Order: sequence, then C-alpha cells, then structure tokens
Amino acid sequence: MPLLEPRTAGLYCAAGDFWIDPLRPVPRALITHAHADHARAGHGCVHAAAPGWPVLEHRLGALDGRPLDYGEPLRLGGARVSLHPAGHILGSAQVRIEAGGEVWLVSGDYKRQPDGTCAPFEVVPADVFVSEVTFGYPVYRWPEPATVYAQIRDWWQDCAAAGETAVLLCYALGKAQRVLHGLRDSAESILLHGAMTALTALYREAGVALAPTCPLSEYEGELAGRLVLAPPSAAGSPWMRRFRKRRLALASGWMMLRGPRRRRAVDRGFVLSDHADWPSLLRTIDEVNPQQVLLTHGDSAPLLRYLREAGREAADLRGAR
Amino acid sequence: MKAFAALYQRLDATTRSSVKRAAIVDYLHSADPRDAAHAVAVLSGQRPRRPISATLLREAAAQASDLPLWLLEESYHHVGDLAETLALLLPPPARAEDVALHHWMEQRLPQLARAEAAAQQALLQQWWAAMPQEQRLVFHKLLTGSFRVGVARQTVTQALATALGREPGQIAARMMGRIRPSADLLERLAAAEQPADTLAPYPFALAHALEGAAAELGPATRWQAEYKWDGIRAQLLHRAQAALWSRGEEPLDASFPELLQAAQALPPGCVLDGEIVAWDNEADAVAPFAALQRRLNRRKPGAALRRDVPVRFLAYDLLEQEGEDLRARPLRDRRRALETLLASPPAGIGLSPLLQGDWPRRARWRAQARAARAEGLMLKDRDAPYPSGRPRGPWWKWKLDPYTVDAVLLYAQAGHGRRSGLHSDFTLGVWQDGELVPVAKAYSGLSDAELLRADRWIRAHTRERFGPVRAVAPEQVFELAFEGLRPSSRHKAGLALRFPRILRWREDKPAQQADQLATLQRLLEGQ
Ligand SMILES: [Zn+2]
Repeated sequence: MPLLEPRTAGLYCAAGDFWIDPLRPVPRALITHAHADHARAGHGCVHAAAPGWPVLEHRLGALDGRPLDYGEPLRLGGARVSLHPAGHILGSAQVRIEAGGEVWLVSGDYKRQPDGTCAPFEVVPADVFVSEVTFGYPVYRWPEPATVYAQIRDWWQDCAAAGETAVLLCYALGKAQRVLHGLRDSAESILLHGAMTALTALYREAGVALAPTCPLSEYEGELAGRLVLAPPSAAGSPWMRRFRKRRLALASGWMMLRGPRRRRAVDRGFVLSDHADWPSLLRTIDEVNPQQVLLTHGDSAPLLRYLREAGREAADLRGAR
Repeated sequence: MKAFAALYQRLDATTRSSVKRAAIVDYLHSADPRDAAHAVAVLSGQRPRRPISATLLREAAAQASDLPLWLLEESYHHVGDLAETLALLLPPPARAEDVALHHWMEQRLPQLARAEAAAQQALLQQWWAAMPQEQRLVFHKLLTGSFRVGVARQTVTQALATALGREPGQIAARMMGRIRPSADLLERLAAAEQPADTLAPYPFALAHALEGAAAELGPATRWQAEYKWDGIRAQLLHRAQAALWSRGEEPLDASFPELLQAAQALPPGCVLDGEIVAWDNEADAVAPFAALQRRLNRRKPGAALRRDVPVRFLAYDLLEQEGEDLRARPLRDRRRALETLLASPPAGIGLSPLLQGDWPRRARWRAQARAARAEGLMLKDRDAPYPSGRPRGPWWKWKLDPYTVDAVLLYAQAGHGRRSGLHSDFTLGVWQDGELVPVAKAYSGLSDAELLRADRWIRAHTRERFGPVRAVAPEQVFELAFEGLRPSSRHKAGLALRFPRILRWREDKPAQQADQLATLQRLLEGQ
C-alpha cells in the first residue's frame, strides 16, 4: 500500500494518520505553506514550518498544534516526518515522510531561483518524489530575477516620466514581498493595497529586507509617478478608479506567453514566478533522484512522457491521465 | 531587423489603434527606406511567401532546442502560436548580429526558399545561432507567413498619411493591390502624382448595421433601397485594361475571367461598385451562395466549372465614368448615370434593382429578402457622395435577423492570437436519432470571462484528447446564430451552417433540449 494516497480532502498518510494540505477540516494536518489553495482553517492539530507560522496564523487564525524548525524530526504514529525549505514563499516547506523503510518527499509549491525572502530549496533524497508541475512545458524558462527587477524599475520610471501611476499586480503573499525585496534599494516608498500591508509587516518582522512601503490608505500625496502594488483581483474593481492616469502590469510566470498577457489586459507583463520552471523541474527530479516520480497540480502529461522516455518511472498522483 | 522587432513588440503589446498608429509613424520616421518598404508591405497584410515548410521548420527547431518533436508539438498546442513557441524553445544565441529587414526579405529568405531541405535546416541553425532573442518572434512570423499583429490596413494607411504628409484617402488608393516593397516605396506613396494608379480601385464604402427602425431615417424617398446580396463585394473597372478587386484589396482577375471580359465591353474609364453572385440561368436569378463557394475555392476555374457555375456582377454604383471621378456627386446622379450606362449591359454584368415604395413596403421587401438570395436590404442616402471608409450616416445595412439553433459542444480546440491557450474553437452538434452530429465550428461570441470559464469546464470534462483537440462530455448547450445553410458532403450531417457564431451560452438548457437535425434539414430545403 502506498505511503500517501490522494483523497477528496487531500493527500492522506495512513501510517501516520495525517493529511498534507487538506482542503477540508481533518484531525491532523501538515501545511506546506499559507497560500489559500494549500492552507485551510478548521483542522484539529496543525504542523507547519516555523518561519511561516505567523503568516499562517494571520490567515487562518490561532492554530492548535506546533511549528517545526526545518529538519526537526517529528514522530506521527508509525511515520517519521520532517519539513525542509521549498524556496516558494516565507516558511514554505517540503514534507519528508519515512515509514516502513521507504522515504517519500512531497514538494509542495517550490522554486529553485534565488529569492531573498525565504530559505532556498533544499535537495532531499527520496524513494518517491511527489512534485508540483504548474509550469510543465519547456517554453517556461524564467529570466534572471535581477533582470526582471531592472525591468520593473525602468517601467516605473517610464510611468513616472509620463505622469502616470505604475500599478503592479502581484499575489499579496510572497510575490509582493519578493518584488519589495528586489526593489529594496528604492529611495521612494512603494504604496501597498490593503490586502498586503499586514503580510508585508510580517515579512519585515521575520528580518526580510524590503523597500520602504506605505499603506495606500494612509497616503495623501500625489499618486502620479508612484509605484503601487495590488493583488490581481483589484484589476477591474472600483478600487482602481482612484488612479486617474495609470499603467497596469502583472508579475507572474504566466506572463511568459503573449496570450495570457493580452487576456489579462495589462500594459506590461513581468515574468516572475514562485514556481519551478521546466529546467528546474528536470534538475530537481534528477537531484532528488527518486525511484518514482508522482506529479500533481497542473498539466502533467508532457513532463510525464518526457520523464518516461528518459527512463524514469513516473505517474500522475491523481491517477491515470 | 532590430527596429522592426521593436515595432512588432509595440504593436503586439497594445489593442489601441491610436497607439499602434503612433508606433508605425515613429518607425517610418527613423527606418531605412529599404526596410520601411518591407515593413509597410508586411503590416498591410501582404503575406511573405513561406520559404520553408512548417514540418521542416519544426524539425530544425526541435533539433536546435534538443527536444523531441512531440514535445515541441505539445508546447505549440499549449502556447497556441508556432512562431512564439519556437522563439521560447530555442537556446540563447551564441552571439548576436543585427541583419537588416530588407536583407532578410530580399536575400536570406529567398535563399532559404531556394535551398534543398537539408541545406534549409542548416541555414536556420546558422541564423538562429546569431539572432538576438528579441528578434526571433518576428523572424518566425515572417517564416510561417502568419503575420497578424492586429493592425488594420486602415491603421497602416493612416500612419503612412501622417508620416508622409498626405491625405489618408490618397494613400489608400495607392496602397490598393500588391505592394512592391522597393526602396522607393515611400517616395512613390508620397509622390504628387502616380501613373501606376490607373488599375487601382477606390477605397470601398462600408456601411454600419441599422439598429433602430428604418422609418427613423426620415422620408423613404430620400433613401435608395437595394438588396444586400449574399455574394462577394467587388469593384470592376475598365481603364487601360480591366481589373476586378475584392473589398480586401485582393485581385480577383484570375478567379472570374468572364467578368474581366465583360468589363472590356464597357466604355473605357469606368469603375463599377457591386457584388459578384452565382447565377442560375434557368431561373434567371441569383443562385445560392454555396454555388459561388465552388468558384471561390478555385484560383483558375476550368471551362467545365465556369459552365456549371456561371457568375454575374450586379452593379449598384458608378464611381468613375469616362475617366472622371464621380464619387463627390450625389448618389441620385451616380445611379442615373449607372442606369444609362447599363441600359443594355454586356453579358455577365447586371444592374442591381431598386426596391421602391414606402417604409412598410420596404419592410416587406426585407422580409422576403432570403427568397431573393439576399441577406437583407441596403439603405443609401440619395443626396450623399460615395462615402469614404465607414462613416455613420450615408449607408446602412438593414439585415435580416439571423437564424438560430441550440447546439451541444462536442469538441474544443485551443485558439490562437488573443485566445491562444484557451479552448475557444468549438465544434457543436445537434441531435439525430439520439446521437449528436456535428454541424458547425464556431470561434467567437463569448466574452473573455465566459471563455475562461468555458476553458476550465472543458479541461475538467475532457473525455479524450486527439492532439490539440479535446472531446468533451456532451452537456453544454450554446445558441448559435447563422446566416444560412449549405449542403455538405464533408459533414456527416449532410449540411453545414454558414457564418455560425455563438450568441449565448445556454447554461439553463440541458443537452437533451438542443435542436434536432431534422429542423435544419427542413430549413435547408426551404431555402
Ligand atoms: Zn503556493
């Protein structure tokens, strides 16, 4: 019987009687990170990586359970469990499970690019590797983050020169702080949408160097020429009307392609992702070097076939596809 | 090609035609005239000939990218655009050199076209290795001949007019027909007079659809009413020689040689505006559009096809007579001159009749338009000059309401361009004996939000995949509008919808309540 099995509520480990990133309330949950498609409220006992615990409690409310340091062993039933950095966002973790002489590794969301806002991805050898595959096509090859930050700075300058507000859409947790870290040398403070202020403060408390910021709600100066960060949901909402003259950009891995860029109706797309690109997926699988790869999240078919042709045993976690 | 690649990027990044126009003007001001000539030709929709087959191109790219061909194909289906896919897959260049656009167009691409297959692939490898990354997309667009940047010809015309200090109408006339992208193109377009204009048609007047009631236009006597024929809009001219132009500035000379012959029987120096229709000699009336389609599919029709499907040019306007431009004259004068000219027309040319009467009488003409093989009526202001472009006011399309049918989504395929990566190309079917048979492909009609939602549904309800095509659970009903039906031996249903488009997503309707094929069959027989 496999160590982990996908069920409707999430990924279940019978040996340790716990769930990983369950979407419904369960007695015992391991949460890889605080993004909403992984972290839900209502569980009995929760374990998650210590650096992400404040963010998790901010999103889900006070939690029963206990934060774990990266690498700290935990015994759950017949399983030995530990969390390891995934390089996705602050406090994001991979889950290592050892039971019955087998080691499984669940990647959660991860990336291999340098990101000063969180601990870098750690390679953990395993027999079975459950990997995310959000960007499972070779067209996804991320540019250097430094290049992207330079593009953002140039774009901000162009907007300022034209007397416009530069509104950059990015996820409120992780991406926004990564941008602020990339622009940390900025002399001018960057304005934040309300959904980002508390999360950004938590990053700062965790010791992450960020550009100076100011909540938009407390800002009374001229908006032209300023850089504003807002979650993607703000696009097209009445919130946007306060900017008389503005340009809109979006920072996301999907901005690699022209189709999504046009569909999002933004003036500019910046390729900045917190997920692994195609070369990183291949590299990570090679380094973890498991006997079996199980893919989850997203379009797994091309990577599956590619891995199988390269002689790897690979399957989709959700069953045959 | 650096400047042209930058222009492409600017055009690609915006949907606002004012921004596009400004980008083209900037480019024209600074570009080498030899490059600008090619840029104008390509942006005007003059597709470069494909110098290499798509298969060879893909194989060469797969090899250069060190990827299996199937993965390149899968990536293409995911991205939805071959030129873009290849640009993303190729490894970074070893070095970067900028080769001028005109050198690409005049030397390198022709060299590629002439080479043997193996040599073609070797040339590409060599070029890719030295091509700046940001020039790849536009290079592949030139290679695949699918150069669409959402730039209307009109935008190019207007940009040229601004850059050259000429009237847009003047440029448009000079841009008609095939553009010769020589170094002096801009000079020729800017010249005060140009003898080569003699075969050029005039810019076509276009009409808006009438939204309100016709009677709101004022007295019926002020408005000329004619059928809006279900054919091909064209200008037939006879000056030094005869020529036939479609509305898209395509020369139709080769497809309809008998019409050119007919034009030569007209006094020289005349230009007719009208519609090419298929003619039923027995009934002495317009034949269904399906017949004309057979002629359209053939570049050079043989004698048998010309006999089977005779065509006729139905004229409704006279733009030039005895070499004099009549466009500034009111329509009532032009019509009178047209009727005199065609009092005994040469075989192959006819006069599109006027539909007389008050508004109620005209509403009846309109209601019966389908029986006359027309899509409705055209209403034209008798006092107006021949309109330039598509202004609101002088001409109106008073179309019949389209037919509609409720059909079930059977297959979906990822779209291209703006919709790349989204499953937006639908194949839909109707019921026959408890089975769904495909009757239409539809690409448009849903909002972006609906498209995204439909895409999610399609991915979650895929039953089978055939390359880029997904067979889905037959559950979703869409209401389609269409202009008519034609018999089709290629479709299992034996018929196909003409100009189908999605009116709305009928999420309220279960698939069982979609329409029956028999309903469409009755409609086809009654057409
Ligand atoms: Zn995440």
